[in-house]
Amino acid sequence: MDKREPVIIVEGLTVQYGDNVVLDNVSFEVYKGEIFVIAGGSGCGKSTLLKHIIGLETPYSGKIIINGVDTTNIEDEEMERLRRGIGMLFQGSALFGSMTIGENVALPLTEFTDLSQSAMDLIVKMKLGMVDLSGYENHFPSELSGGMKKRAGIARAMSLEPAMLFLDEPSAGLDPVTTAELDVLIKKINEGIGTTMVIVTHELETIFNVSHRIIMLDKETKGIIAEGDAKELKEHSQNRRVRNFFNRQVEEKNN
Amino acid sequence: MPGNGKSFSIEGKKNGDITLFLRGRIGLADFTVLFSEIKTLFIEFSPSKLTVDFSHVEYFDSSGALFLVQLEDEAVAQSVPFTIINVSAQQKQMLSLVDREALRAPSLRVRERSLNLVEQLGNETMNVLRDAYEVILFWGELVYEVVFSIRHPGNIRWNDVVSYMKKVGVDGLPIVALISFLLGLIMAFMSALQLKPFGANIYVASLVAVAMVRELGPIITAIIVAGRSGSAFAAEIGTMRVNEEVDALITMGFNPTRFLAIPKLLASMFVVPILTGFSNIFAIAGGLFVGVLGLDLTVYTYVKETMDAIDMFDVMSGLLKSIVFAAFIAAIGCQRGFKVRGGAEAVGNATTSAVVSAIFLIIIIDSTFAITFHYIR
Repeated sequence: MDKREPVIIVEGLTVQYGDNVVLDNVSFEVYKGEIFVIAGGSGCGKSTLLKHIIGLETPYSGKIIINGVDTTNIEDEEMERLRRGIGMLFQGSALFGSMTIGENVALPLTEFTDLSQSAMDLIVKMKLGMVDLSGYENHFPSELSGGMKKRAGIARAMSLEPAMLFLDEPSAGLDPVTTAELDVLIKKINEGIGTTMVIVTHELETIFNVSHRIIMLDKETKGIIAEGDAKELKEHSQNRRVRNFFNRQVEEKNN
Repeated sequence: MPGNGKSFSIEGKKNGDITLFLRGRIGLADFTVLFSEIKTLFIEFSPSKLTVDFSHVEYFDSSGALFLVQLEDEAVAQSVPFTIINVSAQQKQMLSLVDREALRAPSLRVRERSLNLVEQLGNETMNVLRDAYEVILFWGELVYEVVFSIRHPGNIRWNDVVSYMKKVGVDGLPIVALISFLLGLIMAFMSALQLKPFGANIYVASLVAVAMVRELGPIITAIIVAGRSGSAFAAEIGTMRVNEEVDALITMGFNPTRFLAIPKLLASMFVVPILTGFSNIFAIAGGLFVGVLGLDLTVYTYVKETMDAIDMFDVMSGLLKSIVFAAFIAAIGCQRGFKVRGGAEAVGNATTSAVVSAIFLIIIIDSTFAITFHYIR
């Protein structure tokens, strides 16, 4: 049994829209300080699972416990407080287009801290330096490339020094070099700050480069078909779909 | 110096070796206190050597690391030897995350200073002229596409035309009817207050009829359509631009103006005159309501007076105006949508601009019609 401290516990989570079951009885734990990857093919419910963990959607049944608090059964105010300890990078970065990059990063600091303007400016500069966007504080999101937007999104997600960081498809739409740079940044933040990270991705490079542990979701079973170390699963998994995923093989269709 | 009682304490004598003991949580929550402490520490103690002890630090985040870097920079600036002791490997890694160059790096773009009044006036004038140029260009293209569509009616997306006729006309009818009825009611009520002392109640009917059919019916309908449908056209096309759907149409060989704007334009030109007709009828009904219940007029008398007051020229000129209004509302909505660049904010701006520009144009065009019809009659 794992002796590490679980910070996220998902118990028997079922997600259902009408008659359409997306996730069926999914259970797993995420431990403090680890990089946990939720992998799987397109449409298997990865992003849906992430949205349920951060409380953007309510599950059909099951429990989601974050830092010992059952988020499926708490008051809105308590959920808001809990979310301030969580950073989230959305698939499309979700930077506010009407604000500069500096204002985007400073927004949570402005709202939830009593920092002076000079201290805030300094923190913004530091966060942008961490993600290699030094000097871009007065640019608008529309003036940045996809990779730069992702990095700015990470800087904003990190602005309140969250203990947990959730990243939804961080490398989607990025070139291999930018993806590798982003992977390095993710590892650097995890190792330096000890931030627990939950990453949703189907990029094999990212999975192998950054993950400590993964779960793999499956569209047909609507549940977890593999859990553990990515390299181990690639080499030794008995599940054909897991092997196909890691070896980029086309699924054989039964006619 | 006792510190804040939580995060740190200082040991040592003034002008001597000073040790700063950090403890507990050194991070964002205490950043303000720590940040302000940097300067007072050097002013109060003027240390000959500064040592920072990490042995009791339980939590250390990047804001805490930033404080340490600032402290070291200040020590270097004041030529004070600086040492950190009892620091863990993870804390060292955290310190390495702070890029000192980035803290000193100037912004790649200096914030634009606010413009003075003359510059703002010049800027706005240029914007208006640029906007007028773009509108004229789009109108040119639209007229060309209308002519093309008339010559090739098979190319018109009739399903879309019908769909937009429903959205603009059928879905807009309840609000047009309600507002027009209330407008007729208010006009009749207010004019009755003035006419009643003279025993001229009967003229309430002709006042409502003439005002609505000639002027207010087309204008009110056009303003409602601009608010409901002109904005929707701008938002729809604007969102398509943001999502690269317009680019997809172009690369597939479609003409986006023909594909997106013509159905909206035709649908609006078909249904807005009908909506205007309904507006007139409901406003007259509103006037009738007041006339019968408040002014002791019979339904027959009110309707007869209404029919006597308006002629075919009034009705047709009102309907002609409404066709022109519809064309301008649809055109300006589509043009604002096609102009969208960027994201959600640009779509919002385009929507607002479509409504404001359409209402402005409606008033200008109505004034032109008023003068023209005066001389024609």
